Order: sequence, then structure tokens, then C-alpha cells
Amino acid sequence: MLARLSWRNIWRNKTRSLVVIFAIAVGLTGGIFITGMMNGMTAQQANNMINREISDIQIHHPDFLENSNPKFLINDVTETLLKIKSEPLITEASYRSKSTAMASTATKGAGVTIFGIIPLMEKKVSSISNKIVQGDYFETETKSQAIVIGEKLAHKLNAEMGKKIVVTAQALNGEMSWSLFRVVGIFKTNDTRFDEMNVFVKKEDLDKSLGIGADQANEIAIRTLSQEDAAAVAESLQSKFSELSVQSWREIKPSLIVMMTMMDQFGYWLMIIILFALVFGIINTMLMVIMERKKELGMLMSVGMNKPRVFWMIMMETTMLSLVGAAIGLMISIGLMELFGFTGINFASWADGLEAMGYSSFVYPYVTSEFYVIVTILVIITAIIASIWPTRKALKLNPAEAVRAE
Amino acid sequence: MNVIEIKNLHKTYNETQVPVKAVNGIDLQIEQGEFTAIVGPSGCGKTTLMNMIGGLDQPTEGTISIDGNLLNQFKSTGLIDFRLHNIGFVFQAYNLLPVLTVKENVEFIMQLQGKSRKECEKRVDEMLESIGLKDKKHQRPNQLSGGQQQRVAVARALASKPKFILADEPTANLDSKSTSDLLDLMERLNLEENMTFIFSTHDERVMKKARRLITLEDGKIVKDVTVK
Ligand SMILES: Nc1ncnc2c1ncn2[C@@H]1O[C@H](COP(=O)(O)OP(=O)(O)OP(=O)(O)O)[C@@H](O)[C@H]1O
Ligand SMILES: [Mg+2]
Repeated sequence: MLARLSWRNIWRNKTRSLVVIFAIAVGLTGGIFITGMMNGMTAQQANNMINREISDIQIHHPDFLENSNPKFLINDVTETLLKIKSEPLITEASYRSKSTAMASTATKGAGVTIFGIIPLMEKKVSSISNKIVQGDYFETETKSQAIVIGEKLAHKLNAEMGKKIVVTAQALNGEMSWSLFRVVGIFKTNDTRFDEMNVFVKKEDLDKSLGIGADQANEIAIRTLSQEDAAAVAESLQSKFSELSVQSWREIKPSLIVMMTMMDQFGYWLMIIILFALVFGIINTMLMVIMERKKELGMLMSVGMNKPRVFWMIMMETTMLSLVGAAIGLMISIGLMELFGFTGINFASWADGLEAMGYSSFVYPYVTSEFYVIVTILVIITAIIASIWPTRKALKLNPAEAVRAE
Repeated sequence: MNVIEIKNLHKTYNETQVPVKAVNGIDLQIEQGEFTAIVGPSGCGKTTLMNMIGGLDQPTEGTISIDGNLLNQFKSTGLIDFRLHNIGFVFQAYNLLPVLTVKENVEFIMQLQGKSRKECEKRVDEMLESIGLKDKKHQRPNQLSGGQQQRVAVARALASKPKFILADEPTANLDSKSTSDLLDLMERLNLEENMTFIFSTHDERVMKKARRLITLEDGKIVKDVTVK
């Protein structure tokens, strides 16, 4: 009965209640949408990094992790790869030689990481082959040794298509080796730092320069059916290849996990701040309600409505009012998430800035269902907090004063 | 048997500044089944006296006992509960909750008392029949005339079966026709249900209906007449 009374009381002053409902709905929608965007950007960034750079799982010689010197090699790599590919949940795998090096043209030089890859194999594991903006990904046969570099590096070194680049690196025997490459392809990912720091050549060419054997590699990159499988698969691989070091993307880039957790917390804090701001609006409205209904509350207390019931009645009115706003806000948010989670939002106009930070210009916002549940709980807590002050005010009314006819 | 026993009752407002002795030494007994009016000039202390009888206000001095229960013994929570179960109120205005229907208003106090749904329904029908507003059962108070609203307030007070009903100027906002209708209703319920009514008024015609007329002046009883 009190619930019914509270509910109907909300609609006594429709305009005022609708203003509060609207404010809550807009506040929640805004907060949820921003959180969704942040989540979407983070997930995108993680995806991009996994797709182009780190893969789901990597295997190295254990010492290579400490000191990425190419002398720490995986031997019998072809056989190892066959074994790996026969494991469940693994879709693709590829191996590479890898070293830090100096890439220079006639005018400039830059420190880079050079990958010696087998193009056909690499294509299936990493997305770089899809990011070629000029030339190709080792598809045309060339007389000279071929190199694929990022657009940013190309600008930095003034290395256009067909230009020569000298790569200097330390060979396995400890001596500096240098070899000459010609630019056959330029790629552009949405991470300009990556484009600046990484170059690709054929494995046979890098191996020859550094003294690595054809059946040796520094790194095996593995793709699993989904990102979530990576950790478990990595664990099972580790037990099979105990002399090597197997890492899932979570261990390779713990910063991704840190970032995801941070985004999660950011979302909650954002909602708390928004709700904190809304609390004042709700308190103000409820204080007006109490002032307007002084006589009525006095009458209720006179005829025998006790304090817990008065408290409960006002708290329910506040909570229901807030929950109506929350329900509308959540409905709009879920709608927006469904829509934009499907179509994506194009940030092409700001893309340059975003790409510099490693974000993609297309963002697919999302929030977890847990987030909606917690937001709802936060709204209820907000409403309870917001009703404390108005209720205290109501309970202080002196029924004898309140009912005196003036 | 006395429902209400008042001994040496005093109420002084503004004790610290300029004291106003609103009630200044009242002794009074009210018996079960009385139909009593409290009258007197404006400011003589009618409302103050009735509020103290109803447990809405504390006396400065003196005691009130209702059915043998001293009101002073209650803490505020206990007092609310005591009011809920023992005292019926009809105010001059703001009696009904505008968002509830007539039926819901009448059963409101019974529900606070924790009466069963079935009992409430039965009693509401009885009451609405009695006040002649059965056809307005599902209407809101603002669809009723002032007189009808006051009748609903009387029905609500009566439905909860209190020891007595206090009505401070229940007819002050009513026209003469509604006033006499309300008084007739109260008189009938007084006789039919043996419900004690204590009401205050300025209206000569209302006073005439009372069977006992208590006149106050400056917080004291100056006349107390029981008419046959
Ligand atoms: N809260 C209060 N503080 C101070 N004085 C008060 C207060 N309430 C009432 N009084 C004073 O007490 C006296 C008695 O007031 P009360 O309202 O009981 O009179 P009344 O007989 O009901 O008058 P009326 O016929 O106008 O309703 C008046 O002088 C009034 O001004
Ligand atoms: Mg008065």
C-alpha cells in the first residue's frame, strides 16, 4: 500500500518528476556511452596489437626474453611448428627470426626491430600484409633483397618505393653485419609508433646476414580460435615444450590487461561522479516535495503513521523516481550500444590523433551486462542517500503544528 | 465509564519569552458515547486542548488519561502507535490523500493498523454505505465536494474503530447545507455505533446539535452544560 502511495505521489507534479527522470536518463546514457566508447577503443587497441604484432601466443628461447639477442634460437623449428599446429584450438602459426638493427639511407638512420619472415606463413598470422599502402608484401620477385617498412619510417628516412636501405645488426658470431635491401612495400597500421619501429624482410635474407640456420628461428607466433583461449593453450603448450618459453598475449603485454582493468574502473568512477552530481538534484526535488506536503505529512503522522513508515514512503518515492530515470537511461544506452556496437562509430576526422595513440578510427562501443547491473545498484544507493536528508526533514515535522489550519 | 480524564491541564507556549497560557488549568471527564462540542472565542485554547487530548502536543502540566492510559507515559514512537489504535481524527482540511481513491483513503488507517484485506474491504463497504458515498468508491478526493470529503474523513476515522473521534472545526470550510449534513452524519454514527465525538466549532447551528457544550475562555472552562 505504501509502495502504491509512493508511486502515485511521483506523478503528482509531473513536470518536476519528469525533469528529474530526464536528468537521470541523460546522465546515465552519457556515462554509459562514454564508458562503452572507452571499452570499445581499448578492445580495439588490444585486438590490433594482437593481430599485427604479438599474436595470441609467442614461443621463444627462454633467454631471448631477457636479452633479445638473435643468438637465442629455437632449433628444429619446422618440426616444432608441425607439432604445435596439430594442437587443439590453434588455428595458425608461423616462425621468424628477429633482431634489433639500424636501418639507414644515404641521409638518415633509425633504430628498428627487423623481422625475418616467411611471407606465405606470416600472412596467416599477422595483419601487416593487409596494411600495405604502396607496393606489395613480397609478392613480386626481385633481384635485390626486399624490405617492407612502415610509412612513418619511410618518411623519416626519406625512403620511397625502390629506394635502398642498409640494415646493420650484430650477427651471431658477435660481429656487425650489414646488408642492402630495396623497399618493395610500405605499410600503414593505425599505430604510427609501430610503423616507425618495425621492418620486415624475408627470413632467408636476414638469416644469411646474421648466420641463422633455415631450421632455426627466434620466435614462433601462434593464433588461437579466440583471445580468451590463449592463456589455457599457452599453458598446455608450455608443458609440452618445457625447454622453451611459452607466453600468451596477457603475459607478453601485461599493459593491455592493466589498460582494460583501468578502463573498467574508469567506467565505474565516471558513473559514480555523474550520480553524485545527480544526488543534489534529487535531494532538491525531494525537499520541495516535503515542503509542499507538510500538512499532509502532519496528517499522516497524526493519524498514526510511524517514523519508519514515513521514512520508507519517502525513500520509496525517491527510489522509484530514480529508477524510472535509470530504466529509461538504460534502455536508451542498450539501444545505442546495440546499434553502434554493430555499425561502429567512425572517427575519421580525428583519426590522425587517435592513430598516433594506437587506436583505430573505427570504434565499436560496448559495456558488459555486469556494468548495467552495477549501474542499477548504484542508482538505488544514490536514491537511498538522496532520501536521507528530505526524510529527516519530514520526520522533524511537528504534527500538531503541521495540521493547524491556517 | 470515562474515556477521557483530564486533571489540572496546563499548556504554556513561549515559556522563555512572552508566555501564552493557551490552556490554563482544565479538569474534564468525557464519557463513552458523548457527543460533545468545545466552543469559545478565537484563541481561547480549543485547538490546543484538543491536540493534547489527541496526543499531538504535550501538556506543560497536568495529566490526560485515555481509557486508563496516561498519555505522559509514552515516548513519541509509542504515542504514534497509541494514536493509531485509539484515537480518530477529523481535521478542518488536508484529511485525505489526493492520490488515493475514496476507498483507499477510508481503509488507509486500517491498513496501518495491520487489518486483513478482507476485513478492510468489508468495513469500507459498510462505511461508504453509511455515509452514502458508495458510488464514489473509486473516485479521487478532488472529484468530491468539500462536504463529501469531510464525510469520507469521518468514515476513515470511524473505520479504524477508535475509542473516540476528535474533530477540530470539521465544518469550518463547509457551506451550511454540507455543515448540517455532516453533523447529521456524525450524530447518527454517534447513536448507531455508540462512537464518542468531540468537536470544536464557532458555528451556532453546530453547537445546537451537541448534547454537551463546553465553553472555554482564556484557557479555562467557563461553562459546561449537558442538554438532554
Ligand atoms: N505554537 C504556538 N506558539 C505560540 N502560541 C501559540 C501556538 N499555538 C497557539 N498559540 C496561542 O495559544 C492560544 C490558543 O490557541 P488555539 O489555537 O488553541 O485557539 P483556538 O481556540 O483553537 O482558536 P481558533 O478558534 O482561532 O482556532 C492563542 O493565543 C494562540 O495564539
Ligand atoms: Mg483552533
